Amino acid sequence: MTPLLVRSMLMVFFASVVGSFGAVFLKLGAMRLTKSVLSFVNSRLILGVVLYLGSSVIYALGLRGGPLSVLYPMVSLGYIWTLLWSKLFFNEALTRYKFAGLGLILVGVFLVGLGSGG
Amino acid sequence: MSTIPTNPASPVDTASAHRRSSIIVAACTALGAVAQILIKVGMGPAHFVPTPMGLLTDFPLIAGYAFYGLFTVAMVLALREGELSMLYPIIALTYVWVTLLSYWLLKETPNLYKNLGIVTIVIGVAVLGRGGRK
Repeated sequence: MTPLLVRSMLMVFFASVVGSFGAVFLKLGAMRLTKSVLSFVNSRLILGVVLYLGSSVIYALGLRGGPLSVLYPMVSLGYIWTLLWSKLFFNEALTRYKFAGLGLILVGVFLVGLGSGG
Repeated sequence: MSTIPTNPASPVDTASAHRRSSIIVAACTALGAVAQILIKVGMGPAHFVPTPMGLLTDFPLIAGYAFYGLFTVAMVLALREGELSMLYPIIALTYVWVTLLSYWLLKETPNLYKNLGIVTIVIGVAVLGRGGRK
């Protein structure tokens, strides 16, 4: 593994964690929405959007430095973190359908990465 | 961070609200995909000029980010009543649309891995969708 690839993998890994927290804060902000459009301006939503945008910039930089067949599955780590947080912070039920569905999605994303060259 | 109680709605209301928000997100992944394609085109050599004026007149790039904004608003509205563990993985449908749009608009060559991948993602989302109904 070249240093560039290691750096890219670390960036994509970091982006997946940041993005999953972005999703958590979007959910927290969404739960505070009222009928008023102004309720969109709340600190949780803003933090969620900032984390989400931040993660997409880090992804974009990281994905340039290595083969997508390696990096795309790492992008998918974000789905796993988010599943973990949704149980931990929102006490959502993790059914076998959710695990099976997510497993298939991860395989699918891996295959798309394989097909996207390199 | 503590768990915040959701609205004391009846189970039937909750189930239909979950289903509604899943459908919203699934439909909106098409918006997200159009946004990605527009941003890719806008970042391409034909449009991208790295000056403030150049960026402001890069129509595909601006339109791409506008679509992305719309997608985010829809996602937040859906998250108001839906489960994060259900809605977030549905966003993977974006890969399906992006792949298909890239074949069609960007003339990328289809290949077996990509085709198998998008079919698997669609099946995964369908399986996941059953989870909301228990």
